[in-house]
Amino acid sequence: MLTTFKKGILGGAALLMAAGVFASAQATEISGAGATFPYPVYAKWAEAYEAKTGVKMNYQSIGSGGGIKQIKAKTVDFGASDAPLTKEELDKAGLVQWPMIMGGVVPVVNIKGIKGGDVKLTGPVLADIYLGKITKWDDKQITDLNPDLKLPSEAISVVERSDGSGTTFNFTNYLAAVSPEWKKNIGVNKSVQWPVGVGGKGNEGVASYTKQIDGSIGYVEYAYALQNNLAYTQMKNKDGEFVSPTAASFAAAAANADWAHAPGYYLILGNQPGAKSWPITAASFILVHKSQEKPETAKEVLNFFDWSFKNGGEIADKLDYVAMPENVVDMVEKTWSADVKGSNGKKIW
Amino acid sequence: MSVKQFRPAFDRGFHNLTFGLSMFVLLLLVAILAFLVMGSIPVLQNQGLSFFISSDWNPVTDVYGALPAIIQTLITAIIALLIGVPVSFGIAIFLTELSPAWIARPVGMAIELLAAIPSIIYGMWGLFVFAPTFGAALQRWTMANLAPIPVIGPLFASPPMGIGIFTASIILAIMIVPFISAMMRDVFTTVPAVLKESAYGLGCTRWEVVYRIVLPYCRAGTVGAVMLGLGRALGETMAVTFVIGNSHRLSASIMGPGATISSSIANEFVEADSKLHTSALVTLGLTLFVITFIVLAVARLFLLRLKKQAGH
Repeated sequence: MLTTFKKGILGGAALLMAAGVFASAQATEISGAGATFPYPVYAKWAEAYEAKTGVKMNYQSIGSGGGIKQIKAKTVDFGASDAPLTKEELDKAGLVQWPMIMGGVVPVVNIKGIKGGDVKLTGPVLADIYLGKITKWDDKQITDLNPDLKLPSEAISVVERSDGSGTTFNFTNYLAAVSPEWKKNIGVNKSVQWPVGVGGKGNEGVASYTKQIDGSIGYVEYAYALQNNLAYTQMKNKDGEFVSPTAASFAAAAANADWAHAPGYYLILGNQPGAKSWPITAASFILVHKSQEKPETAKEVLNFFDWSFKNGGEIADKLDYVAMPENVVDMVEKTWSADVKGSNGKKIW
Repeated sequence: MSVKQFRPAFDRGFHNLTFGLSMFVLLLLVAILAFLVMGSIPVLQNQGLSFFISSDWNPVTDVYGALPAIIQTLITAIIALLIGVPVSFGIAIFLTELSPAWIARPVGMAIELLAAIPSIIYGMWGLFVFAPTFGAALQRWTMANLAPIPVIGPLFASPPMGIGIFTASIILAIMIVPFISAMMRDVFTTVPAVLKESAYGLGCTRWEVVYRIVLPYCRAGTVGAVMLGLGRALGETMAVTFVIGNSHRLSASIMGPGATISSSIANEFVEADSKLHTSALVTLGLTLFVITFIVLAVARLFLLRLKKQAGH
């Protein structure tokens, strides 16, 4: 009896020791939290990066506001947000921010017999739908844009995000840019006071509400529209052309973005000029602290993003995101070496 | 030394231990209340009582009004009770008084299993199965037939989305039925057989036995079961968040989208950046706490009155 007991204890201790050695051997793990919009691509990057280097990246997609909160509280190594912080906000919190990936926010509809790209909308019409001023699919303002379509005399059910989100920030930012009434009465934020409609939680929530409610319109990140087979709309852009959401039209909008003259990379990609530009294009941002208490971990974080910038383009393409162009990557890495330092003031990058 | 000498010391120790454990509950309650009160100070200082009577909920301008959430929390809970209590009552009566044993056992087990299903599962089922069916079948009908009626019509006027206050109420009703009926069944089985037998002996019908013997005997327990259901309906979060439509608006229609106190907190807490927004959500929590307290107090008073009437 006693001997088996002893053996058990010894065995357990050996196991524990082995586990300890094992754990310290692969202690490199970096953690981040924030935006749900880029989650699919960050997850794939992390997988590929771990296979290559053994460094594990743990990303929790809790939403942009949550990401900002977590990085400010230093519970994660980096935060992620779809809504950029202004230069003043960054300085106040001692943070550095850079754009990591671009994608598009896409209006999606559920009307019987309507396929992806069938319906054409303009920004002001979209704003009026979300203001509750256009309430039927056969409203003259919609049928005028779609003379070839037979739109039903059905009520429009508006679907929005009920939780705060960067997707909503970019969407309302676009509506405010094209509709003075939206700008004045509703405004731009991660969550706003919606005049009409039902709210779904997360991109998934909006997608599933839109899928289920006949005659509904919602807005989701492009990848979610594709995954859920939702019918996206064409949008009229700033140059007056109708465009479909594609990686190419997101890239066209991004090409016009002037990152070099945006202090703290505070730049919103909505309503950019260009004949092929998708008007509700959005960048997603990464946030880290300027002064790093654990420079080794910070170095791992920057290594990961450097790798993603240089090797992650293909993965991004497959998921219909747009990788940052090379000149922006160079700019960002210069920012790293200039602004991200150990708490002793030593350069990390 | 004998065991006898230890007995007083042991009893005292046992007394102190259990006393300490009970005090722990009180302490916990005070701690939670203090946290809620402290968290709600910013928004109450900023907006005062308008927080409770305004229906403006606007994170852009940092103005918060809890009226829609408060009213819709009460409405969903009340509708859930109106549907759930009679059903549970019927189930409990059938199981204890009428059914043969071979039905009572499996049905009783089913009830306990239903009570054990996590609420998020009810929410998912509600969103993917119940809401679409409900929208297509019943809401189209109510829109066509009830909405045109003057006065009560607006109550039913809403596009047939299948998602809204009434859907949430029905899901809540389904969720509280197992709780209430299981507890009622347990209470009903405590009625001494001899009481019922004598009533039958006097020629009472089944209904008379239930109404005049079982119910009066179990009054306190029955009210307790209903209150437990009400408590769950008031506080239920995830299932409601899935199907209520999450909009901070007062609407005349019970078919339209709304928000409850707990669904608002679940939806917005993670992403609430501004201090006032967080504080507004904590104050919503405090409000729910107070509402639940009032409900329990009213139930106590009600029981006291019943006792007096019964002459105890």
